[in-house]
Amino acid sequence: MSSISRDDVAHLARLSRLAVTDEELDRFAGQLDQVLAAVARVGEAAVADVPPMSHAVPLTNVLRADEVRPSLPRDAVLAGAPAAEEGRFRVPRILGEEE
Amino acid sequence: MTTMTTGDRLVDYDEVLTRYEPVIGLETHVELGTASKMFCGCATTFGAEPNTHTCPVCLGMPGSLPVANAAAVEATIRIGLALGCRIASWSRFARKNYFYPDIPKGFQTSQYDEPLCVAGHLDVEVDGREYRVEIERVHLEEDTGKNLHVGGSTGRIHGADHSLIDFNRAGIPLVEIVTRPVPGAGAKAPEVARAYVTELREIVQALGASDVRMEQGSLRCDVNISLNPIGALELGTRTETKNVNSLRSVERAVRFEMRRQAAVLDGGGRVVQETRHFHEDTGTTSSGRSKEEATDYRYFPEPDLVPLAPDADWIEQLRAALPELPAARRARLQQEWGISGTEMTWLANAGALGLVEQTVAAGASPGDARKWWLGDLARRANEAGTELAELPITPAQVAELSGLIAEGTINDKLARQVLDGVLAGQGGPAQVVAAQGLAVLGESDELVAAVEAAIAGAPDVVAKVQSGKVQALGALVGAVMKTTRGKADAGTVKRMLEERVLSS
Ligand SMILES: [Zn+2]
Repeated sequence: MSSISRDDVAHLARLSRLAVTDEELDRFAGQLDQVLAAVARVGEAAVADVPPMSHAVPLTNVLRADEVRPSLPRDAVLAGAPAAEEGRFRVPRILGEEE
Repeated sequence: MTTMTTGDRLVDYDEVLTRYEPVIGLETHVELGTASKMFCGCATTFGAEPNTHTCPVCLGMPGSLPVANAAAVEATIRIGLALGCRIASWSRFARKNYFYPDIPKGFQTSQYDEPLCVAGHLDVEVDGREYRVEIERVHLEEDTGKNLHVGGSTGRIHGADHSLIDFNRAGIPLVEIVTRPVPGAGAKAPEVARAYVTELREIVQALGASDVRMEQGSLRCDVNISLNPIGALELGTRTETKNVNSLRSVERAVRFEMRRQAAVLDGGGRVVQETRHFHEDTGTTSSGRSKEEATDYRYFPEPDLVPLAPDADWIEQLRAALPELPAARRARLQQEWGISGTEMTWLANAGALGLVEQTVAAGASPGDARKWWLGDLARRANEAGTELAELPITPAQVAELSGLIAEGTINDKLARQVLDGVLAGQGGPAQVVAAQGLAVLGESDELVAAVEAAIAGAPDVVAKVQSGKVQALGALVGAVMKTTRGKADAGTVKRMLEERVLSS
């Protein structure tokens, strides 16, 4: 049984704002299913008393002092933007959601 | 009875309560007052030129790595402690994934199932009754950028042609405080919601964790409301009204949603679980995006930030350093000043508590300090449409004014003229007294002359007084006060008259 359906992929694509064709949906569903199957093998090795691990290093409380450091010059910040206006990033009209 | 406003049917407020029990819940975001952002060293100063406080971390550039701000973590723990929360011994950040132009990384770094603080409570008082608001969690996250919608007529998203984004605010530490559902407030639900936000704001302010200015957005509220039909077993569906940005609006939003939802339910309809927007101008809410669409945030632990594991020593150190909290302070001052709970509530509601406390500290009696701030000064603030604290007079100056009366330099009438001078920027009370010659006359030549002139001008009155009608002396006092244009001290004048009229 596949663990990810074509509908799941369509849903994720929409959340990720990716335009995916019907043909791609079929292909990605198959590929992602293989990926998930491979990752699921970890579950075979894990035993009940091993907590899920999110970090590979045994560190906690890595913090920085509350000190201001220089920001980037604004020209440099906006240089990589597809469009800028009045010192701000310019983006297309935001659709489908109220403010 | 139902009425129509802005397209929504509304049930009269009192009638809502005959059929439904309101349940409120509040999610409050507080922007912390740290110098630098949550995960980078960019400054957090309000009002800077757009995009001048940004760097690879807060712009979400590939390869940049966040490091958590120690002061923000401590401020969050302190807020949790002040709210009686348990501080988690293990806590992680998580990515909350969604696309929106004001969020440069494609996710907000937040906390999900492992928040820093859980299970606290805050007691608030409304009309002499105490309500307990249970706190579910207090967690740490980061703020988003700011959108400016261009091309529409109103600056709103509808009809806009494009949007402009400023990321100065993106990455500023944000603490979210979430209550559990609060049932049982009944008709007082709007006031309880407001009292909760008011008290929370005072606590955060007392902790020095934020400037909590609602008008600048450093404290923002989302208000959840549902109605349970009285006697029914099923729970009502809640709506979430976003960005309610003043204390008064919190109250109005709850009231409006109660009336709107009651009309929907009365009509046999279902309340839709959705996000709603509050409109400050009309006091109404309108439908936003539906919740089902937006909740698929695919949270997962943030791999770039290691877990937080505050140990007991650190927590106890923070607990020991907590300042006196507002409720304890009110109780202490109430006792020190010997006033009633109602008087204390007036003082607190007028925003005069700190001012009175400082005035007393500067030497005034509690009674005098209260009299000035709640009397003349409150009236003048009201007339000027401003807050007491914004008046151009300091507690030390009020204490000085009060001292000038106590020592007899001025009387109450003159004090009001002195107040005018101080508020007009003419200097401190003593300076105004000196500059305008407002001091009451002592036993000066001028006063002696006025007293003797009054005696000489009314031999009939003098005769009456000497024949035993001592109260007739009042007419002579009045005459002296008139000649000196109120600058004499009535007690002194009376004594001087008695000396001259009765001893002869
Ligand atoms: Zn930055």
